Amino acid sequence: MIVSSAAVSASSDVLVGLAIAIPVLIVGVGAAVGLRLRGRGVKGPVPPGEVVSDAPTDVELERSAEATRTATLDVETTATPASVEEAERAEPGEEAETLEPATYRGRLGKARGLLAGYLGSVRSKAKIDSTTWDDLEEALIRADVGVGATDALLNDLRGRVKSNEIAGPEALVEALKSDLVSMLSTADAALAMPASMAAAADDHDTDGHDAGDHDADGHDADDARPVAVWLFVGVNGVGKTTTVGKVANRMSAAGTKVLLAAGDTFRAAAGEQLSLWASRADADIVRGSEGGDPSSVVFDAVQRAATKGHAVVLADTAGRLHNKVNLIEELKKIRRVADRPPGRVVEVLLVLDATTGQNGLAQAKVFLDAVDVSGVVLTKLDGTAKGGIVVAIQRELGLPVKLVGLGEGVEDLVDFDPDAFVDALF
Amino acid sequence: MFESLTDRFEGILTRLRNRGRLTEADIDEVLREIRTALLEADVEIGVVRSFTQAVRERCVGLELSQNLSPGQQVIKIVNDELVAILGGETLKISYAGRPPTVILLAGLQGSGKTTASAKLARWFKQQGRNPLLVGADLQRPAAVEQLRVLGQQAGITVFSEPSDPVAVATAGLEEAKRLGRDVLIVDTAGRLGIDEALMGEIRHIAGAVNPHYTFLVIDAMTGQDAVATAAAFDEALSLDGVILTKLDGDARGGAALSVKEVVGKPIAFASTGEKLDDFDQFHPDRMADRILGMGDVLSLIEQAERTMDRDVATKGAAAIIEGRFTLEDFLEQLQQVKKMGSMSGMLSLLPGVPKDVKQASSAIDDRQIGQVEAIIRSMTPGERVNPAIIDGARRVRIANGSGTATSDVNALLKQFKEMQKMMKGMGKGGMSGALGGMFGRGPKMSPQAMAEMAELSEMGAGGGELPAFAGTGGGPGALGAGPMASPGAGGGGGRRSSKGKGKGGGRKGKGGGRVTPKAR
Repeated sequence: MIVSSAAVSASSDVLVGLAIAIPVLIVGVGAAVGLRLRGRGVKGPVPPGEVVSDAPTDVELERSAEATRTATLDVETTATPASVEEAERAEPGEEAETLEPATYRGRLGKARGLLAGYLGSVRSKAKIDSTTWDDLEEALIRADVGVGATDALLNDLRGRVKSNEIAGPEALVEALKSDLVSMLSTADAALAMPASMAAAADDHDTDGHDAGDHDADGHDADDARPVAVWLFVGVNGVGKTTTVGKVANRMSAAGTKVLLAAGDTFRAAAGEQLSLWASRADADIVRGSEGGDPSSVVFDAVQRAATKGHAVVLADTAGRLHNKVNLIEELKKIRRVADRPPGRVVEVLLVLDATTGQNGLAQAKVFLDAVDVSGVVLTKLDGTAKGGIVVAIQRELGLPVKLVGLGEGVEDLVDFDPDAFVDALF
Repeated sequence: MFESLTDRFEGILTRLRNRGRLTEADIDEVLREIRTALLEADVEIGVVRSFTQAVRERCVGLELSQNLSPGQQVIKIVNDELVAILGGETLKISYAGRPPTVILLAGLQGSGKTTASAKLARWFKQQGRNPLLVGADLQRPAAVEQLRVLGQQAGITVFSEPSDPVAVATAGLEEAKRLGRDVLIVDTAGRLGIDEALMGEIRHIAGAVNPHYTFLVIDAMTGQDAVATAAAFDEALSLDGVILTKLDGDARGGAALSVKEVVGKPIAFASTGEKLDDFDQFHPDRMADRILGMGDVLSLIEQAERTMDRDVATKGAAAIIEGRFTLEDFLEQLQQVKKMGSMSGMLSLLPGVPKDVKQASSAIDDRQIGQVEAIIRSMTPGERVNPAIIDGARRVRIANGSGTATSDVNALLKQFKEMQKMMKGMGKGGMSGALGGMFGRGPKMSPQAMAEMAELSEMGAGGGELPAFAGTGGGPGALGAGPMASPGAGGGGGRRSSKGKGKGGGRKGKGGGRVTPKAR
């Protein structure tokens, strides 16, 4: 931190603050060691990288192989636009609504059953009283929406009740829901499917999908064509690798030629995990050595995609806690490298576990600042957790939810539907 | 991002400082702040409700002591209650009379079971035990492979086979007996509490191996759902405790409090870092401080113990206190501190450091630290001891030598001068005085932390050379937190008497730190 002394650009009061921090550390720490030594061994410096498990369980392959194939084909028009028109589709939620209601409602419904009628007592009352507000507040807090967003929502509603704009508990609940839906619809949730990707899909449709590293196409790929890169980022254990696998499956099923980049070189066996997904999705994969430089894996993947004609590179990254500065720096580097032509980063998706509480906002803020996140993937929404933190994230950071993970099956990754999501909150 | 409870109290505190007694309205206001702070720390809303009720009861009619401000007293009450809920003691593992002692790990997907299994095995090994790991997560692709790699790093044998989880666990138990292992740790697949089929499966696993301890692995970042999850697993498996993971993040970890209160099972272990060694038994009192946003000096100290060179550190501390801290010492200390990990991470553990400083420090990366080192290394020994001799020509030489600009060199020198000045202040007036002056803020540090720091500095100086520091005693102007804990723990001598002990008050035994193994 002294450091900042060298970083002359920093403002002076920060410098003063930092100047204090150092001696504090030195005195506290130094003295501590001097005195409280209990004979523990001296260990080496902290290596960058991490060990915490990023451990989403996923599909039983056999169980769902057949079902998956059909299910994926069913939803493919929604799931992965294979043409320009579909790519420009503005409202993925609506499409999802009409094309796969069973999945979305069904999955969420299972969890919702446990708290069914949470707002029953609100609705059953003849008029709005103080317990009504308490109940609404509790429902929102329990869904992890957070104190700030909850207060903002309810204060607004209080004003509208006072001015008689809203009459009766039923109308109040409906108003709350529609407020939430519009709050969640402010940003464009469409995924970036570049035209080139659709074209690529068409080009190579007849080639079939060669699994493994040997792409025998021998096609005439246009080197000037940019390679779209999707980057998946997030803290440990949210389901990044699984999400990459599912997205690959969707794209692949829709005829897009996908290349996976196993950018998690840190977690033991993360590369193996992604390889299994690659073979499931009929996608190619580029892997590095364990402990290797993730940026170089992504770089290699982009190069390979350019020469072999893959339209999209899906880059997995190691889970990293957002307060680990050097790991966030590493991620910035990955993004820079991925954005080097012919690569072009079109999506940076922050994968967020639905069980995450208020810390999710801090995560989103740091990742947004560091790598310009374009959207959120909310995973594990098939449990009892509601994932309400995405409301706070969209409200404060304007970051839309783009995809939702509803289960362990390959097909259980769908476009975000604000209506269904809000329904499930209560 | 989150204001700590102490931050929140600041405004209220200034108004209450001179009151003899808290009014009903004061208490309401304070409780609202407590409520918000707890909710932002992800404490379950039902727990928050009963908690604030308990605090209210203790606050009403509170006779205010002469030494403590009302706000300090309220914080003390809150802290006491938190510690009481979290449980006063760490869990003691009782080993089975007929080995192996079987431990089953369960949890949601991505909570960190596989890593926790390896870390737990490593912990047992360090206790002199001889563990065997069983990989019964056959769901997630490559989960067993991950466990094998971790096991190899930890020097622990891993057993698994591609059959079904129940069979693997059973065979693992036989294997442990055959190999004469005295601890068996079974890693399982992640599952949702509402997934009937998978919950049934893990019940079968438990039935097959008869675990002495069943631990639920919970991510410290978990929100309100932690309680529902814990309740579901407890119902299915009858948990013995919880392993809290990813505590090295900046989540407050209110989930820990909620689970303990609602399910009544203690937090047994906590995982606090990326390395296999970053795992230890859980200390409830420290968690209370964290939830309140009061930092965690003890954790910092332990981190330091693990990584720092004792002689170098002592030398540096002595140099500061004697007012002869040179750039040479600075360089040496910098390298020590660097070994401990990220600066911002360490700062986050320190109480009393303003938020803006913490934020600013997170912008610093190792490259910049390297730059500072390069500048100092480009100086002659004479220059390092006496920077005053560095004139224009020397500056240019140093800048050229370190590949920086002369403005960088100037900035560093200026900064170092300020630091020296402050250190002199610390040597004379005690760190609290220096810090209090610099930050210009009200009470910030927890008394316990103050006591710790006081004692540390005192001892670091070779004993008893920092009277002003140790005797802060609630004096205004200095850090002012004073002996908020029971007198003797925080104030006066400042000798290490507490690690939070004596704080739990009357309810201390309630939490039940000890868990006896179930009959097999």
